[in-house]
Amino acid sequence: MRSGAGGNVPRVRIVVCVKHVPDIQSERALGPDGRVVRDGGDGTLNELDENALEAALALVEAAGGSVVALTVGPDDAVDAVRRGLQMGAEDAVHVVDDAVAGSDVVGTARVLAAAIRHLDAQEHVDLVVLGMAGLDGLTSLLPTALAELLDLPALPLAAELTVDGSTVRVRRNLDHASEVLEATLPALVSVTDQANEPRYPNFKGIMAARKKPVATLTLADLEVDASRVGLLGARTEVLEAAARPPRENRVLVQDTGDAGVRLAAYLVDNQLV
Amino acid sequence: MTAPVLVLVDHTVDGAVRAPVRELLTLSRELSGGAGVHAAWTVDGVEPSPEVVAELASLGATHVHRVVVDADPHLSAVLAEALASLLDATGAGLLLVVSSFENKEAAARLAISTGAGVVTDADGLALVDGRYVAAKTVFAGTWNTTCAVTAPLAIVALKPNSVQPSVVEGAPQAQIGEHVVAVSDKARRVTLVERTERPASGRPDLGSASVVVAGGRGTEGDFSVVEELADVLGAAVGATRVATDEGWIGHDAQIGQTGVTIAPRLYVGVGVSGAVHHRGGMQASGTIVAINSDPDAPIFEIADFGVVGDLFTVVPQAAAEIRRLKG
Ligand SMILES: Cc1cc2nc3c(=O)[nH]c(=O)nc-3n(C[C@H](O)[C@H](O)[C@H](O)COP(=O)(O)OP(=O)(O)OC[C@H]3O[C@@H](n4cnc5c(N)ncnc54)[C@H](O)[C@@H]3O)c2cc1C
Ligand SMILES: Nc1ncnc2c1ncn2[C@@H]1O[C@H](COP(=O)(O)O)[C@@H](O)[C@H]1O
Repeated sequence: MRSGAGGNVPRVRIVVCVKHVPDIQSERALGPDGRVVRDGGDGTLNELDENALEAALALVEAAGGSVVALTVGPDDAVDAVRRGLQMGAEDAVHVVDDAVAGSDVVGTARVLAAAIRHLDAQEHVDLVVLGMAGLDGLTSLLPTALAELLDLPALPLAAELTVDGSTVRVRRNLDHASEVLEATLPALVSVTDQANEPRYPNFKGIMAARKKPVATLTLADLEVDASRVGLLGARTEVLEAAARPPRENRVLVQDTGDAGVRLAAYLVDNQLV
Repeated sequence: MTAPVLVLVDHTVDGAVRAPVRELLTLSRELSGGAGVHAAWTVDGVEPSPEVVAELASLGATHVHRVVVDADPHLSAVLAEALASLLDATGAGLLLVVSSFENKEAAARLAISTGAGVVTDADGLALVDGRYVAAKTVFAGTWNTTCAVTAPLAIVALKPNSVQPSVVEGAPQAQIGEHVVAVSDKARRVTLVERTERPASGRPDLGSASVVVAGGRGTEGDFSVVEELADVLGAAVGATRVATDEGWIGHDAQIGQTGVTIAPRLYVGVGVSGAVHHRGGMQASGTIVAINSDPDAPIFEIADFGVVGDLFTVVPQAAAEIRRLKG
């Protein structure tokens, strides 16, 4: 594990944003309304949010403190925070409200921001941790949108994460460069699958999670204006969605000694060389 | 209803325009309907040369803005404030950027600060009844969608290899201007302690290459077969996460949902199983070729031409034959 903490760290309270998404190994689909079909029972915790939880739990184990798992989504989404509890989060919060349905990234970010402010008012939040992307929409927009709303310094795409005192430091790998970013807590980070190897919940964790309550909040509890989230607040609209037709004229050859030559001929015939 | 288009010009440390920017400019010529194409060059120690300005103009830029910021434009909060200021100054109705993690970070901030509607990873964009309508594939390339921006300002991040770039013969010179931006204190709260540009490999850039050869666990760490084929095809070299985790090649070569998304004309998978995480980054490729010894490997479900065989014999044979055919 590359995430860890240096010495001299005060207790940290970390909120981890976790999302319930269709299992990427399942047949995923968009409905006639252009929205992700989320009721197939094939939902699961977004894999990259396991990395986010792992990073937060490792920091807390080294420094002391607590982790809150937070999700925004329909009834099923509670599974995401329950999984967080099983892995070792202390608290779980589920924001559920019919008006949230159809939110785009800005709508979701508004609700998460309101929920984090709500938690911060109860007890100071030092760090917000997210996954680098939801494996459903794969936009990676949420982390910096949330940072902008919460007015927090953002250190996205952490492949390595350390907290030393009140300083958070991240190493990240981009397409053409690698960077080291630093900021003072409170801050927001998103983590990649390079950051760590997420733990599996053990029996003890699973049993303990059963006893922990999940706090449920609505938009009214958070004083979020329903017209600014959900379909009403969305700034993009899906017009068409169709499963891609399968590729045609596919060829599969078993090598009997000349498959390399046949492959070359295929590429030449199709003007690919 | 047409509005000016603002295009962010990604460039190398040597001051060269990155290839996908040519696609953005080609696209914006039509989308701007003559209202102006504004190219934004963030001065990060590198200035746009006269040749670069001429190139941008030939691609359709009517204005080239040297954006001079009093903080590091590689920080997303700084870039977002600079672009917001330029959107204001140009009256643009559309901001086009290359779909990269850095640009998406700035786009998300702009969505909050300007009220823009954002579409990322688009592979097409048109103006339909006064609205920008973007095309994109989702769910690991298994679904096609179109998506309209309903807000007055649109931000679209376009994937490389979406548009055939073209130049305008006899394009007029672009107007060059300087746009100075003083960013807020809150944009300075993150410190860029270190930024290390990766040296150029001598091969095409993975994200925008038209041909990519990818190696997986099946290579057992011997990437020479992958490189040999890439050499004869003039291809970029990519890899699966297993190969990068093993340290056989750098992390920047990883193709997939948590790596680079590619859509080349030709993708060749060598000893790659085709796990859904990998497919998410390459399934939109034009032609997919796979060499794998396991006839049940999932990559064969999407391969246009699949070879069930040992990569260590098939791939060198293919490379030699291509070399022979090309003379
Ligand atoms: C959150 C998360 C994110 C991920 N993101 C990515 C990502 O972005 N990109 C990515 O690639 N993976 C990603 N992965 C990993 C992914 O799930 C797979 O593990 C990985 O893609 C498999 O790599 P591979 O095909 O090289 O290895 P394997 O699945 O082990 O496949 C190797 C293949 O090589 C074949 N082979 C072996 N020897 C030979 C031979 N001599 N000749 C021919 N064929 C041979 C085998 O038959 C096999 O099919 C991610 C995983 C997680 C959990
Ligand atoms: N509805 C949600 N509830 C909680 N967290 C979310 C939600 N949507 C996105 N996130 C977080 O934002 C990250 C990036 O998601 P995205 O920008 O949608 O790709 C995810 O890995 C989660 O940590």
